[in-house]
Amino acid sequence: MIRILKNFARRMLNAIFKRRGHIKIGFYGPPNAGKTSIANKICKDWTGEEIGVVSKVPHETRHVQFKEKVDIKYKGKSLTFKIVDTPGIATKIDYEDFVELGLKKKDAKKRAKEATQGVIESIQWLEDMDAVVVVLDSTENPYTQVNITIIGNLVARKIPILIVANKTDLKKSDMKAIETAFPEYDIVGISAKEGLNFDEFYEAIFKIAKKV
Amino acid sequence: MAVKKIRGLSLQVIPFAELRVLSISERVKKILGLVLGNKIVIIHGRLRAEEEARLIEDTMAMVDHIKGFKGIELAVIEPNMKDESIFIRMKHGIAKSLVGDSSALTVIGPASIIKEIKKDPKKIELLLK
Repeated sequence: MIRILKNFARRMLNAIFKRRGHIKIGFYGPPNAGKTSIANKICKDWTGEEIGVVSKVPHETRHVQFKEKVDIKYKGKSLTFKIVDTPGIATKIDYEDFVELGLKKKDAKKRAKEATQGVIESIQWLEDMDAVVVVLDSTENPYTQVNITIIGNLVARKIPILIVANKTDLKKSDMKAIETAFPEYDIVGISAKEGLNFDEFYEAIFKIAKKV
Repeated sequence: MAVKKIRGLSLQVIPFAELRVLSISERVKKILGLVLGNKIVIIHGRLRAEEEARLIEDTMAMVDHIKGFKGIELAVIEPNMKDESIFIRMKHGIAKSLVGDSSALTVIGPASIIKEIKKDPKKIELLLK
C-alpha cells in the first residue's frame, strides 16, 4: 500500500516537474567507470561549474552529489535537468585494495567505511530518478552481476535507461562487447576525458527525456 | 612448499521452493547468514532485481559493521535460450512466470574466500555436505 502511494506521489511530482521541463537524471554504474567525469563535463558545458572530484582510486564519490537546473540545449530545443551523480555500486569493498593503490591504512579504512554507505545511498536514490544513464567502462568486461542488477532494477521500476560506454579513447575499449551484452538498449560510446562524441550523447539524453 | 588450505569451506544448495515462502528480508537474511558462516551458497533459481539490490545494500551494511567481512561475490548462471525454438522459449517463459526462474543458478560467496580461490585454486578444500 505504501509503495502504491509512493509511486502515485512520484508520478504526480514527475508530471508537475515534466511540465516545467525539470528532469532528474541519475548517473549509475560500477566504481571508476567515469560517472563523475561525465557529470563534470555536462555541468562544465552548461553551467561552467563541475560537480565533483575525480580520482584513479575507486570510490572517490562516496555521497550522492547533484547540480540543480542544468539547462541543456540541443538542435534549438532546451531541457532543464537535475544532474545526480552517485557513488559506484559494488558487492565488495576491501580497504586493502586502497592500501595497494597507495593510501595509508587509516585513510583506506575510512574510505572503505564511507564507500559502503555510498553504495547504500546510491541504491536508495534509485527510485527517485526520472531517467538513468548507466555508465560502463568500455575497457572492462560488461557481463558483471552489478551491471545486470542495476539495469534489472531500473527495468523493474520502469525508469528509462541510456547505457554509456565510457573511455572509448583507450586502446582496450570494446564497444562491441557492451552492445552484445545489452542488445535491447540504446548505447552511446564516449570519452569524458577527451570530450569525444558528446553530440550523440546529448541527442540520446533528449531521446530518453521524452520517455519520462 | 605446502599450500595453506582454506579449511571448512562448504557449499550450501538452496532449492528455490525453500526461498519462495520467505519475504525479501528473510531471504536476504538467510543468504547472508550462510555467507557469513563462510559458505558458498548455490540457489536453484534467481533472485528478483530488487532482491539483488537489497542483498547488496544489506551486504554493505554488514561490511561496515562486521570485522573482516569484505562483501560478497554474486553470479547468476542462466541457460542460453537464444538458439532454442520459439515453442521452447515460450514454454520456458510460461514456467518462469508461474513458478519463478528456477532454471538459473545463483552463486553467492564471501568475497575474501573467492579472492583467495582466484589467487590460488589449489587452496580449496571443500567439505561437501
